[in-house]
Amino acid sequence: MIRFDQVYKRYANGREALAGVSFTIKDGEMVFLTGHSGAGKSSILKLIALIERPTRGQVFIANQNTAAVKARGIPEFRRRLGVVFQDHKLLQDRPVHENVALPLIIAGLPRRELDKRVRAALDQVGLLNKEQCLPLELSTGEQQRVGIARAVVGRPTLLIADEPTGNLDPDLARDIMQLFKRFNDVGVTVVVATHDHHLIDRVGARRISFRDGQITA
Amino acid sequence: MAVIGIALVLPLLLQVFLLNVSSATANWNQTLDISVYMDRGAGAARVQAVAKQLRARGDVAAVNIITADEALAVFRRESGFGDALDALRDNPLPDTLVVTPARTASTPQAMATLKTAIAAMADVQTVQVDTQWVMRLQSMLEIIRRVVWLASGLFGSGIVLVVGNTIRLDILNRRTEIEVMKLVGATDSFTRRPFLYGGIWYGLGGGLLALALCAATVGLLAGPVERLAGLYGSSYRLEGLGWARDIQVLAAAAVLGWLGSWVAATRHIRDIAPT
Repeated sequence: MIRFDQVYKRYANGREALAGVSFTIKDGEMVFLTGHSGAGKSSILKLIALIERPTRGQVFIANQNTAAVKARGIPEFRRRLGVVFQDHKLLQDRPVHENVALPLIIAGLPRRELDKRVRAALDQVGLLNKEQCLPLELSTGEQQRVGIARAVVGRPTLLIADEPTGNLDPDLARDIMQLFKRFNDVGVTVVVATHDHHLIDRVGARRISFRDGQITA
Repeated sequence: MAVIGIALVLPLLLQVFLLNVSSATANWNQTLDISVYMDRGAGAARVQAVAKQLRARGDVAAVNIITADEALAVFRRESGFGDALDALRDNPLPDTLVVTPARTASTPQAMATLKTAIAAMADVQTVQVDTQWVMRLQSMLEIIRRVVWLASGLFGSGIVLVVGNTIRLDILNRRTEIEVMKLVGATDSFTRRPFLYGGIWYGLGGGLLALALCAATVGLLAGPVERLAGLYGSSYRLEGLGWARDIQVLAAAAVLGWLGSWVAATRHIRDIAPT
């Protein structure tokens, strides 16, 4: 599903975030990217979502070389991907339903089908009763779950998450991780960047550790 | 929106002015008569002969003879100089033929041809056509017409810029939202669409406001203009733009709003990249 081949990433400010990273993640696998902040795990996710491009090396997603995806093709590419952010990036002035529906609206799904799928996604994260709430009326954990619902509503085969539990207390963090595990159980490839070792030990999935832009384990 | 309305109202008012002057003067050319003053010694028989000759022409619709005596009588009655005229030994006025050109001959060139032809006839002293000031007026109207076009062009570009700037600020305010949309796979054109609708609404709103201001101005002036026309014995009334032109103005304003938002949205949305 994902293959990094001798990938280097140097940002415009001169900081070298990745220095020759190679790894493979198979279809249906669940993988944690760990390491201190600045170790390079966020850069990996940005390269997967085409938010950034590698300075050197190649990134393959679903057997497609991302270098071949031109700027015009990026929206189409991202629609096959579910992304969860640490700060969940919800639209604060729109109710939960609309936030979750956003990827489907963009994909141009008919209203009936869209409602059904939004409700299904909200049901999966246990927020079916909060459909009409504004994000600010929800707790941090609930907002993160709305973000997850939005990431999975388009039924992606690959779900990536950047520190999804960073702002949550341990109990909520464990719930969120269970959620990811459940998506993985139904065949979704899940890549989660986190520095929360306790959580990783509990879930028991493969781990790729980073330090100073290189893989250590 | 207020800025757009006010920017549009000036060319609109110029247009209304032009429209009214044009329609008020449109048929003056047709009803313009040629005054032919005969030599004073020509005598009634010659005057009749010239009149007959003129009536035979294809470019003449009618010839009306005003004899020197009739002219004097009218002048005496209407000028108030009756007593002064008594002091004159003989009638200073010539016999006059009032020639009405045929409708087909009402163009400036045909009038000039006719005028030259009459002037060449025997016993004709002077031929007078008051086309000069009509032509001057037409030239002035032509200038104003160009000014209307220029003003429309300038204010039109102004609208594009104003709407563009408004949309640009709108986009910057919603930067986070646009980033999120791009992250979940929205194309630039999808993201741009609501801003284009916004631009069209700005244009339409400004257009409506301009039409309202224009109508209010016409309404304010209609009374005094009618009174003035009445004093000249005319039943002339001030015209508004009319609904067909109203719709054109709205359509043009909407298109300009769309154009302004399209330019701004295309550029600024492209520049927003999620981080």
